[in-house]
This record gives sequence, C-alpha cells and structure tokens, in this order.
Amino acid sequence: MLTTVWETEGLQTAGIVVIVCASLKLLHLLGIINFSEDSVEDELEMSTVRHRPEGLEQLEAQTKFSRKELQILYRGFKNECPSGVVNEDTFKDIYSQFFPQGDASTYAHFLFNAFDTDHNGSVSFEDFVMGLSILLRGSVQEKLNWAFNLYDINKDGYITKEEMLDIMKSIYDMMGKCTYPILKEETPRQHVEIFFQKMDKNKDGVVTIDEFIDCCQNDENIMRSMQLFENVI
Amino acid sequence: MAAGVAAWLPFARAAAIGWMPVANLPMPMAPAEKSKRQDELIILNVSGRRFQTWKNTLDRYPDTLLGSSEKEFFYDEETKEYFFDRDPDVFRCVLNFYRTGKLHYPRYECISSYDEELAFFGIIPEIIGDCCYEEYKDRKRENAERLMDDQEDNKDSKQPNVTFRETMWRAFENPHTSTMALVFYYVTGFFIAVSVITNVVETVPCGATPNQKDMPCGERYTVAFFCIDTACVMIFTVEYLMRLFAAPSRYRFMRSVMSIIDVVAILPYYIGLVMTNNEDVSGAFVTLRVFRVFRIFKFSRHSQGLRILGYTLKSCASELGFLLFSLTMAIIIFATVMFYAEKGSTSSKFTSIPASFWYTIVTMTTLGYGDMVPKTIAGKIFGSICSLSGVLVIALPVPVIVSNFSRIYHQNQRADKRRAQKVQKARLARIRISKTGTSRPFLHSKRNGLPNEALDLTGSIEEGNHQGAAISLLESQHHHLLRCLEKTTNHKFVDEHLYEQNCLEGALQSYPSHSPSLSSSGSLTGTCCSRRARKSSHLPNASAPPGPLCGLQELSAVHIQHSDRPPLSTSRSSLNLMPKEVLCKTNCKSSQITAAIISIPTPPGTTPDGDGHTPSSPSSQTTVSSNIVKVSAL
Repeated sequence: MLTTVWETEGLQTAGIVVIVCASLKLLHLLGIINFSEDSVEDELEMSTVRHRPEGLEQLEAQTKFSRKELQILYRGFKNECPSGVVNEDTFKDIYSQFFPQGDASTYAHFLFNAFDTDHNGSVSFEDFVMGLSILLRGSVQEKLNWAFNLYDINKDGYITKEEMLDIMKSIYDMMGKCTYPILKEETPRQHVEIFFQKMDKNKDGVVTIDEFIDCCQNDENIMRSMQLFENVI
Repeated sequence: MAAGVAAWLPFARAAAIGWMPVANLPMPMAPAEKSKRQDELIILNVSGRRFQTWKNTLDRYPDTLLGSSEKEFFYDEETKEYFFDRDPDVFRCVLNFYRTGKLHYPRYECISSYDEELAFFGIIPEIIGDCCYEEYKDRKRENAERLMDDQEDNKDSKQPNVTFRETMWRAFENPHTSTMALVFYYVTGFFIAVSVITNVVETVPCGATPNQKDMPCGERYTVAFFCIDTACVMIFTVEYLMRLFAAPSRYRFMRSVMSIIDVVAILPYYIGLVMTNNEDVSGAFVTLRVFRVFRIFKFSRHSQGLRILGYTLKSCASELGFLLFSLTMAIIIFATVMFYAEKGSTSSKFTSIPASFWYTIVTMTTLGYGDMVPKTIAGKIFGSICSLSGVLVIALPVPVIVSNFSRIYHQNQRADKRRAQKVQKARLARIRISKTGTSRPFLHSKRNGLPNEALDLTGSIEEGNHQGAAISLLESQHHHLLRCLEKTTNHKFVDEHLYEQNCLEGALQSYPSHSPSLSSSGSLTGTCCSRRARKSSHLPNASAPPGPLCGLQELSAVHIQHSDRPPLSTSRSSLNLMPKEVLCKTNCKSSQITAAIISIPTPPGTTPDGDGHTPSSPSSQTTVSSNIVKVSAL
C-alpha cells in the first residue's frame, strides 16, 4: 500500500515537473523570456566591405599602365568583384576557372599571398594593379624579384627545399591527374632537386635572392620566357 | 568560360611568370593579337530601342548570334548600328546575360515568345540561372501539356477509319463521344446506384408481421432482392467483358485498379451461386457479401472528383504515412504513461498497455467516449497533455492534404517534381559538359595542333592566323596559358580516355617506370611516336620477364592500342624534328599497331631502339613494313 502511494505521488511530481518545464520552454519559444545572456538577434550584420580605389592619376603615377589600360582593368575587376576587394575564396574560384582539369586552389593561395602585399587578407584594386604592373611592365630584375617573393612562402629571404616543394606540388596539382606521362609522387621532388642543383650555387640548401637572380639572368630560356607576356594588356 | 572571368585572363597569364624560373623547357610563343583594338561601343537598335555595350561584352559568348560574326548580317551601314526587328523587352534579358553571365526569365513574359527570342539569339535555355529556372520549367511544362491536350482533342475529332474495337474503347473511356456511350454510361451508373441501395436496404428491419420478430427486409423478400442482385451482376459482368474485349492491352487492363474493383464487385455473387447452403461455409459467405460494397467504387469512373481524391491520397501517401507513424509513437508513449499512472488506483480500467491504447486514441482524436477515464491526479495531468498533443498531431497533415488536392487538380505534384529532377540532372550534365568544354577545345586544338606547333618553331605568324581564325583570341590565349603550364611541368594534358588507357598499361608493366627519366630529360626524346621509343626502352630493362605475363602484355597492348589515338607529341627542342614529325603523322596511324608489336621480345625489337634515336626515315619505313609482317604473324 505504501509503495503504491509513493508511486502515485512520485508520478504526480513528475507530471508537475513536466508541465512546468514545458511552459517555460513555450515562453522561451515565444520570446517572452530569455535564458542566456547573449542577445536574441544572433544574425550578424555582414558588413559589406566596400573599397574605393585611389584616383586614376595616382595609380597612373604609381604603375606603368596608361589611363586607358587602367580603365579596362578596373572595369573587369569591378565586374567580378563589385565590392572592390577580392578575398581569397573568390580569388581561388576565379583562378580555378582557367585550369578546369586540376586543382588550382593551392597555387592560387600562394599567388594571393604574393599579391596581397600588405597581408590584410584581401586584394584591393591597388594591390592587383601594382602586381600586374611589375609582371607586365616591370624590368627583368623586378619580375625575378616578384617570382622570388612568390616562392618564398614565409618571406624570410630564403627559399628552402620545403617551400619550393610546396610550390612545385601546387603547380603540378593544377595539371590534374589526366596527364601524359602519368604524374608520379616523386615528380615534384625531382623537379625541386633539378631546380636546386641549378640555383643553389653554394650548396647550402637554400636559395637567396642574389643566387636566384644571378642564375636566372644567366639562363637563356628563363630570360626569353620572362619577355613572353609583354603585350598581354 | 564565364563572362567576368574572361576579364581576368590577362591576370592569369601575367601570373604565369611565376612558373618561368621553375620550368626546364622553353615556353611556346604567345598568340599575337592581330591589331591592338581599342574597346569600342556597339549600338544595338532593337525595334527602335537603342542598347549600347562594349564589343568585348558581346565577345564573351562566341557561339551566340551577338558574339559571332552572324550579327554582321544585321549591320546597318548608314546608321552604323545593328538593327534587330525583335522584342526589346526580352532583348533586355538577353543583353544582361552577356553583361552578368546569368540569364534570367521574367515572370510576366510568355514562355513561347521567350523561347523564340532565345532561339533567335542562339542561347540555350539551360543556362537560365537557378533563381529563375524552376519557374521557367514549370511554365514550359504547363505549356507543353496544354499543347498536348489540344492535340488530343484534335486527334479525337478526326479519325477516319478506326476499328470497332477502338471505337468501343473510346466510348468506354470518354462517354461524351457518342450518344450510345452516354446511354451506356448512365445505365451502368443507375445500376450501380440500385445495387448499392439494395445492399443497404437489405439489412433494414422491415415491418414485422405480428407473430414474428423483426426481420431485415432481405430475409423477408428474399426472391425480390435476389432478382435485383442478379440483374445488377449481369449488367456488371457484361460491362466488364465488353471492356476486356475493347481494351487495347488486355493484360494492362486486367492489372488496372478499376478492373480489379469490377472483379471484386461481382465475384461474391458467383461464389455464392457456386456454394451450397452449407452451414460451415455460410459464415465465409456472409463475409464475402461485404465485398459487394466495393461496387460503390465503380462510381469513380463516373466522377472526376472521386478520382482526384484517390490520386491525392496516393500522392500524399508519405504524409499520411508519417502521420500514422507519429500517431503510433505518440499512442504508445501516452498509453504507457497512462498505464503506469493509473496502476495505483483501484478498479482502474487501464488493465494493460494495449488496453490503454484505446483510451489514448479516443483522447487524441478528441472523441472522448468516457468509457475509460483516469482517476489519479497524475493520470489526469498526463491525460490532458495527451489530448492537447492529439489536437496538434491530427491537425497538422490536414492542410497538406487539402493543398495537394487542389494542386492535383492542375498537376500531379510528386510526379512533376520527379520529372523535374531528371531534367535537372540532364541540365546539370549539359552545363557540366559545356564547362568541361574549356578543356576539350584545348585538347582538340592539340590534336589538330601540329601546324600550330610548327608555327611555334618557325615563328611564322601568317600560318598561325589561318589556324587562329577558327578559334577566338580569348581561346587561343587560354590555350597558350595551358601550354605554358604543360611546359613548366613537362607533362601533357590528356583526356580521361587516354589517361585510363595509360593507367592500364602502367599497371600491366610491372617494371619500374622510366617515365620520369624520359620526361625530365625532355630534350633527349624527339620522336613524335614516343610511345614506340618508350616501349622499346622498356624491353632491354626487362631482364627476365615471366613468360605468361609478357604474353598477356602483348595481347593487352594490342587490344589497347586498337583505338584511334592521336599522335602524342613531346617537346620540340630541336628543329630538325620537323621532317620526322611529318613522316610520323602518316606513320602514326599504323604505328599504333606496330607499337604493340614492338613489345614482342624478339631480336628485331632492338631495331626500333636505333630508330628512336636516329632520325632516319628509310629505316623507320623498313621497320614499319617489317612490323606489318609481324601483324599477320600474330
């Protein structure tokens, strides 16, 4: 008898607890009361970054492009990125469209870091146009400098074998897997070895900017291919 | 390529400078722009409304009317503009497609006029952006069905000579075709009603004679009811047999729902005829009479609404199923709770959990018969929660069913979504094909590309123009970029086919592969049929190949190279390869078989070795001929 009374009373308590919790939840759902401290409006205001570039005259002075060329460049840039800046994802997206067979995202990442000279995570039109000015209209020295900057991932002034291997792998990634001859695991590594044999004069395992520039200037092929994209715009 | 991305091609090409110091091979020449054209404004006059845009904008899609030279046909010399006698409102959408890369479908536009405009300007409707694609497909489907209905009406009216069978079938399906069919329709309807009413009245207790207790009418006027039943069943049987005769596909007709209902409706009578008045089977006989009520479903042939209800229930079967499932879950939960809550109270009706099911169902559907009531406080609390939740659970699927009913009146929602899914897949496939089309043109141009690569060597621009006219400047620049990448990595792009074949061969040849040494020392290999050289160089290293494996290799090698493969060209570091290439071009077709033969470990197999490294045309000829002999030997 006692146990049955205890059971019924226990169940009554359980029932009351259930009702209280349910009503609290209902009130919380209706927004009348709040449990936690953070605000109800969780939606972040996605602050749209808008960036306006410097004036045409300043850019003309800083780069080697003519006014007309800057206009054409900006129109294309703004069309693809209406907010005025490119973030890394858009950059990867755009670059991947040119290499449909492979994965261009790693190389695009390195490229992005090379263009983003002030390292703020986005490439504005000024960065873009400065980079292009060096690549298309700069002297060979400047171009080689830029290439060195691209390879030197941590920007410490030395290209190590690991950095070069990363870059090489990313370039080979762009080829994708449907290649002839078939890409092997050690192909990028071998390519890096060849590169270091050529570039690393004092065999200390790193390539400095001077070694790099010296070596490139002595190489016919490289010199010739540097001039390849003179008239891209 | 997408619209805006074309604007970034110069950037991608400039960034290619990053590969230069790493490449071991010289880069191919860049395609030269014929003239440095300044970007010019184009005026498009569409029925008087002038649109202006940059020429580059239109050039983004060279396979449409505005992007190709086809628009020159519409050029007006005096006013120096392009005149199109088309709808300017739709043209706005078309031009926005060039500008933004997304094609939108305006809702107010008629679907057929929109389709015509798209067809005129050479734009495939599959490119319509996801935002407007559903709407477009819905409207298109409605239009198509409307056309089909119109066609069917036309078809019905004009049919010179049809067989008697077909007329009968059409009469059955559509009673409005002839008066005879209408009469038949009404007669059967009348008899269905009579039969159903008879079944009902049969069970009503008729007025009793004083000395007998109340009897249902069926037992009182047995003969009369039997006569009516017989008449109805005869009519139904005749109707069923006539339908069976007239049906175009008897097997399909017999499997259809309506015919099953017909059969079930008339079968009890015949079974009743056959069975005697045996006491032990009369119980089963009574059960069979229940099936007579299915005659009422025969009305669904006569009523459109009933059919739609049936389709509705069929189409929201999943919602109904979910309702049933959730109800079952809730019933079990509440029944268990109520049982344990009421366990303590004396003389409780909740004797077991299944007994509580009845209470739960009655409460949840808000029936509340009152034959089982909880007595404890806990039981009452949970009982009230049960009834509140029951209201919610039951009320939820009703709007769904209602909305489905109204939707099915126009379209069947489920079937259409499934069809749209299939079309979606096809559409995605098409878009994917057109996107991977960027790699295909490159590979195609490589195959036709020997003249192109020849111009790389000689540096002559004139021949290049002849080739370059076929592809736009944008394409050629993109291809040049991809070639630079190939040169940097010293690997070539191939399509999936070839890659798989290569993989197959690579798997078979279990020797350590020599491709890195060959590819990295790219300047050594010069033959266009490098396959030959590669295979022959493998042989000397195959010191002791197991016999059967080698045989397998040959056979599979022969099998693999049966397909028509383009000559794969490696680097062009030496100019003196020109004549050999030309020769190889003619040879390569046959060399596909010969290359296979070379893998035979016979002494003559060493001669290709020498061939591969000394450019001597006569010896290669003899090799070819000698190898051709080997083909027949195999």
